[in-house]
Amino acid sequence: MDITTLSNDLKHMIPELILALGAMSAVLAGAFMGAKSSKWISYFCVLLLLAAGYAAVRCAPLEPVEIFRSSLIIDNFGGFAKLIIALTSAAAVLLSIDYLTERKIDKPEYPVLAVLAVLGMYIMASAHDLIAIYMGVELQSLALYVLASYARDSAKSTEAGLKYFVLGALSSGILLYGASLIYGFTGSVNFTNIGNSALNNPSVGLTFGMVFVLSGLAFKMSVAPFHMWTPDVYEGSPTPSTAFFAAAPKMAAAILLARFCFDAFGDVPNLWKDIIAIMAVLSMFVGAIFALQQTNVKRLFAYSSIANMGYALVAIAAGREHGATALLLFVSIYAISSVGLFGVLLSMRDNEGKALEKLSDFSGLSKQRPMLALALTVLLFSIAGIPPLAGFFGKFEVFIAAVNGQVVPLALVLVIASVISAFYYLRIIKIVWFDEAKKSIAGGLATTRFSVAGTTLVLAALTPFIGLLYAAAKLGGNFIK
Amino acid sequence: MANLPILSSIIWLPVIGAVAILAFAGFNKNNPERAAGFAKIQALIVTVLTLLLSIKMVLDFDVSNPAMQFQENIPWYGMVHYALGVDGISYLFVLLTAFLMPLCIIASWKSIDKRVVEYFAAFLLLESLMIGVFCATDLVLFYVYFEAGLIPMYLIIGIWGGKNRVYAAYKFFLYTLLGSLFMLVAVAYMAVTAKTTFIPDLHKFAFDPAIQNLLWLAFFASFAVKMPMWPVHTWLPDAHVEAPTAGSVILAGVLLKMGGYGFLRISVPMLPFASNYFAPLVFVLSIIAIIYTSLVAFRQTDIKKLIAYSSVAHMGFVTMGIFALNATGVQGAVFQMLSHGIISSALFLCVGVIYDRMHSREIAFYGGLVNRMPFYAAVFMLFTLGNVGLPGTSGFIGEVLTMQGAFLVDRITAIFAASGVILSAVYMLTLYRKVMFGPISNPKLADISDMSLREIAIFMPLVIGALILGFMPSLVLDGTNSAALNLVNQFHAAFR
Repeated sequence: MDITTLSNDLKHMIPELILALGAMSAVLAGAFMGAKSSKWISYFCVLLLLAAGYAAVRCAPLEPVEIFRSSLIIDNFGGFAKLIIALTSAAAVLLSIDYLTERKIDKPEYPVLAVLAVLGMYIMASAHDLIAIYMGVELQSLALYVLASYARDSAKSTEAGLKYFVLGALSSGILLYGASLIYGFTGSVNFTNIGNSALNNPSVGLTFGMVFVLSGLAFKMSVAPFHMWTPDVYEGSPTPSTAFFAAAPKMAAAILLARFCFDAFGDVPNLWKDIIAIMAVLSMFVGAIFALQQTNVKRLFAYSSIANMGYALVAIAAGREHGATALLLFVSIYAISSVGLFGVLLSMRDNEGKALEKLSDFSGLSKQRPMLALALTVLLFSIAGIPPLAGFFGKFEVFIAAVNGQVVPLALVLVIASVISAFYYLRIIKIVWFDEAKKSIAGGLATTRFSVAGTTLVLAALTPFIGLLYAAAKLGGNFIK
Repeated sequence: MANLPILSSIIWLPVIGAVAILAFAGFNKNNPERAAGFAKIQALIVTVLTLLLSIKMVLDFDVSNPAMQFQENIPWYGMVHYALGVDGISYLFVLLTAFLMPLCIIASWKSIDKRVVEYFAAFLLLESLMIGVFCATDLVLFYVYFEAGLIPMYLIIGIWGGKNRVYAAYKFFLYTLLGSLFMLVAVAYMAVTAKTTFIPDLHKFAFDPAIQNLLWLAFFASFAVKMPMWPVHTWLPDAHVEAPTAGSVILAGVLLKMGGYGFLRISVPMLPFASNYFAPLVFVLSIIAIIYTSLVAFRQTDIKKLIAYSSVAHMGFVTMGIFALNATGVQGAVFQMLSHGIISSALFLCVGVIYDRMHSREIAFYGGLVNRMPFYAAVFMLFTLGNVGLPGTSGFIGEVLTMQGAFLVDRITAIFAASGVILSAVYMLTLYRKVMFGPISNPKLADISDMSLREIAIFMPLVIGALILGFMPSLVLDGTNSAALNLVNQFHAAFR
């Protein structure tokens, strides 16, 4: 590789370079300035993420560009995803600042790890061969394991990190095994070559490999039947980490799954369509039904995320021509609402600053914290897909995709799952608005409040301006040659 | 002012009012009474202004033109437009909504004592969403308005409702949501096949007859629940009983009309083959609704529940009229909806009057009210007779027209439906006798007071409305005539 190609390739990597170099300088700064600096480093990392998001949009080329010997692909599909990943991660880091200070676990490593995880997600979002998949997934996951166990004096947090790590390592192994099978049967790690082999000389080994990779990715996306870790990790991790897990990694994993299906196996949709459809149906039902019995809000949101990822799979099952736009639109709106929801949860503290995580703790919130209650109501109705809130448009596009992609039965399952899920979202709203207060709720810390207000306002503003997001998603969805 | 788009003004004025109420309350956190007082007055002013705007719209409306009027069209996203317009079928519903709203505000003036600010803000939001349903000429926009109304209504029932309010609020929301989501799948299908969501264009698009039945059923799932038709009507009595008086008025007066309006706007013109195919089914369900729910109403011990069941029965006439699929039936259906909007609203307000005084809706609790409340007895009598369909009240015209429409198509149906008129007389007059006549048996009623000026002010417009429509039905029928003919002609054109 000569120097001109290298510099040309690097030009397309500016967002990733910002993140990598920024993270490294943040580590150095943290080491020199000591633990006191963690607040400033957090703000620096928020700016870093915003800059990377902006750069991802600015650098997205009109036509897809393959770089580093086709191991990465830079296009609008990834560009859109990167923007949302950066924005939601920035909001999540912002959420964490005061929380960590208050718990006295504020170390400069926290925001740096978040930035590194985002770097991994950026690679996932533009992966175009199996090596890049694995690199991106591992960089992301390793950072996330640490974030999960960040409150190391808490048994629950440690347990969450360990569980996440052990199961995550298993799924990475499965992914790697599948990748090696695919390589063995096609002789290439590149998506384009794999796609050609799948079309021209299909083999059982290749199919096996694909199924293994799909399973590994499904684990990262937390869709049934690979969802078991989600509730425990969501519940045990410090809430800012959960807010982080719930948004950006979901986006990255969904994009990666879509790329793997659409790019590598796009010409043979019959190979994966049924698998995706089955996982979609399972996720929707598991997410909808198991959430009904939860009393811990974090666990409830974990199941709700499983259901929502099921809806995202419906868009993928609709196929690359029809599903890509819907996938981007749906997951981005979901990610924004999800950060907001965890922000609200983070604001639920009693007078001593102890977290209130039980469903019943929300009773009478509307009397004590009317603005917080309003934000929560907007977010919940949005995630339940009730118009005129943004979540509705995401769901509607998934329906359109399902009709276009001729998977209408999946849309009907989605209808039923939505109604069941609406029940538990409504239950939270009921507790907030209809029930009398039991405990006094102190409300959120400064950065949390800012983050909640920001995400809620963005979400509310999306209703009149949904056209902008839609146009962007449409641009991103046209990534197929 | 002259260039202001009138439909958007009617829709957005209440939203602005609601925001102003909430903002004022936010600035007066320490003085909740002041905020509450402001909310009431502001809500009244806004609803009256909306009513005036609607009256202006109705006066400017050209009744001879069957097409959409006052059209507005702004691209929203993708193929979806913020497209508004009214025709002969919809413009009177806008007026009905705007007409009932100030009455609801006055009716809630004293009976709401907790979270006053939120209550009036929710009502104003609800008003704009309901008017939006009748003005939307884009299918997705229609769905947005249709569904969004659930949110304020859920909160109104759940926060300000009676003892069992939570159960009723859930039942209302989930029932309606399930139906609506099936409709959403159908909307997506139509958008994909016709490549447009503009309703007048969809009216011209010929959907494949093979798929029409499925689409029709999806829309039916939503509209039948909203209507409500037997057997998916069971949410209605619960919602009515638990909702505050004004909530019941809006539910009966406007929300129920959305189902019938949806049939007229979407099912019949867009899916003519399926509408024709399923018309017998609708007839059977309508007959069951008319007869069965009338019998059920007769057995009720709760006044509100009785009126709720009678609503279901009267909506049976509407569905029967629509699916007679001739101009008489369609006009009768629209008329019946408007008339029921006035009469059932008035009946629920009547219940509210005594509920505010005694906090009981049990029929057995009352008796001999005529001795203490002559004014009230007279007003109640008028609307009882209106509900029965006495000539001279608006209820008569609607029932006669729908039955006439059905008679042209299927005599047996019309004969069965006619029996419903008798049954409604049975339960309504029994109710009236038990509540009004006889000696005052309950000592608590001994010093119940007659209607106050405020309450009389609420009922006057309703009395006038019910009588005017009864004596001069042409006021409505002239307006709906060309649109109804156009609808029916389009429908029959599909078979040629």
